[in-house]
Amino acid sequence: MAGLTRSDVEHVAFLARLALTQDELDRLEGQLNHILDQYAKLSELDTSAIAPTAQTIELENILREDVAAPSLPVEVVLRNAPVTEGDFVVVPPILAGESS
Amino acid sequence: MTDPTRSFGHELAAALRAGEVSSRELTQAHLENAERQNHALNAWLSIDAEEALRQADAADARIAVARVEGSEALAGLHPLLGLPVALKDLVSVAGGPCTAGSRILEGYRAPYDAHITERLRDAGAVLIGKTNMDEFAMGSSNEWSAFGQVSNPWDLDRVPGGSSGGSATAVAAFHSPFGIGTDTGGSIRQPAALTGTVGLKPTYGRVSRYGIVAFASSLDQIGPFARDSRDAAALLHAIAGRDERDATSSPVPVPDELLDIPAADDEAAAWLEGKRLGLPAEYFVKGMEPGVEERIRQAVDALEGAGATVEEVSLPHTDYGLATYYIVVPAEASANLARYDGVRYGHSVRLEGGDFIADYLATRGEGFGPEVKRRIMLGTYALSAGYYDAFYLKAQKVRTLIKRDFDEVFESGIDALVAPTSPSVAFKFGARIADPVAMYLSDACTLPANMAGIAGLSVPCGLSDGLPVGLQFIGAPWSELELLRFGRAYEAITVDADWRRLEPTQLSIADDAAGPTPSERAARLAAAVA
Repeated sequence: MAGLTRSDVEHVAFLARLALTQDELDRLEGQLNHILDQYAKLSELDTSAIAPTAQTIELENILREDVAAPSLPVEVVLRNAPVTEGDFVVVPPILAGESS
Repeated sequence: MTDPTRSFGHELAAALRAGEVSSRELTQAHLENAERQNHALNAWLSIDAEEALRQADAADARIAVARVEGSEALAGLHPLLGLPVALKDLVSVAGGPCTAGSRILEGYRAPYDAHITERLRDAGAVLIGKTNMDEFAMGSSNEWSAFGQVSNPWDLDRVPGGSSGGSATAVAAFHSPFGIGTDTGGSIRQPAALTGTVGLKPTYGRVSRYGIVAFASSLDQIGPFARDSRDAAALLHAIAGRDERDATSSPVPVPDELLDIPAADDEAAAWLEGKRLGLPAEYFVKGMEPGVEERIRQAVDALEGAGATVEEVSLPHTDYGLATYYIVVPAEASANLARYDGVRYGHSVRLEGGDFIADYLATRGEGFGPEVKRRIMLGTYALSAGYYDAFYLKAQKVRTLIKRDFDEVFESGIDALVAPTSPSVAFKFGARIADPVAMYLSDACTLPANMAGIAGLSVPCGLSDGLPVGLQFIGAPWSELELLRFGRAYEAITVDADWRRLEPTQLSIADDAAGPTPSERAARLAAAVA
């Protein structure tokens, strides 16, 4: 299996939204490749006729009545938010040119 | 009564009803142990003594009322009433901390109770605090906690296992008769084995996960720690069952017989007669410590001598479990942990310049520790465009084969599998920290049960080099009652063994308030190696 290059590692870190130091990138490049080597073992098995297992209990389509019920008080929910305004969580601006 | 912290939960329950001790007294005794030894053990991330004593007083009031009402009312009290339970710090308790062992949740206060917290409150249990753990339950040694290592009370230079190392240590060290953990690949059973406690991973779906910090959602399951099988059964009974708020929690009935596991040794042992135990050849892996193997073989002989039949069986795909697990788990973890964005709760970085992606990168780069970052990276890679089929889909297919191995064994009439829980005893701080694959191998004997969604129990079966060894029983889905009966039977047939009378050997060192903390011990060991 093709190994991960340094730029692959940087790309995956960006996809995962993780700012990593040069040190962390160095270490991860070696470790991830070592772990990926272990994955290669699975190619010994022919799984072409095997269905995947996503969950192990035979529960399907769990439904319930859509009944209105009390939810958490706004002040309890907002207590953990780093920036709030009135009854709202202040999120970072996501559209270019917008000012906060 | 003499020191109540040395009693089993069922003994304390009887003493409470007999008026020999109050919940306040026994809670205080446990709190004293926890507070005195936390410097040396670091098993607890938070202790709420005031609230615990308030709950204890409420339990005492309920017992007083029942005593006036008569013996029927006393007998009807919940078995956990007035008894301490240690919660792993990923269980939500309204208004309290819930760090999951991570900096990214430092300062976070849970807005509501988890389902199991509600259940334990209803039972009248005393919630004395929250225990240390590997960050987001990712680890097998508790060394990946952002809040420091936990010392094993059998040897303070060694790990207690993980990820539920704090709950295991709290129960082993007599800080609490009961503990709650979660098990995604062995995180209850492996620390139970390494600390000489009883730990049960129930069938996937047995216990509602509402209010529990999610790690790998197709595998995570909550379960009990205790010092014997009867206590583990009582705690499971209290928390198990369907809850509408977790769609994966199962409507399969929870047997009330969990509360009637025989107290008498004769009766408990007689149950073994005619039971069929399977010994999976693949679990006696290369690299298993000879002392561990010896204890396991001895335990199996004892079970056979007491009337069970033991037959060698094969689970041919066991060897593929580790690779499968370390694809499925990071993939699910990377998706679950995407929620930590620093916007609604948790650690948050807002940089000048208003670039929200830069904010996410910085928040998560600062908030997560090394093992969590490694797994998010692995999972993100395994799920990324072009690799999904090669990794995740392939692993899901191999998972089918692993599950099928177990199905076939149980369909052939085997009542339970018997195997080692961990291939080694507790290892020294630092021994596996630099090599992720060596750390992952700690779970080789436990993670297949998670992949298959079935139940597994670890019970102590003696010592090797003075350190505890765990015997694992693995059963079909919903077989917790049978597994606990096997555990109880094994306790009954080894009741006279010398090792049963031993307490963790370094508890008195842990009493020293001037001694080194686990982190200082780990640093000293690392310096000695370098």
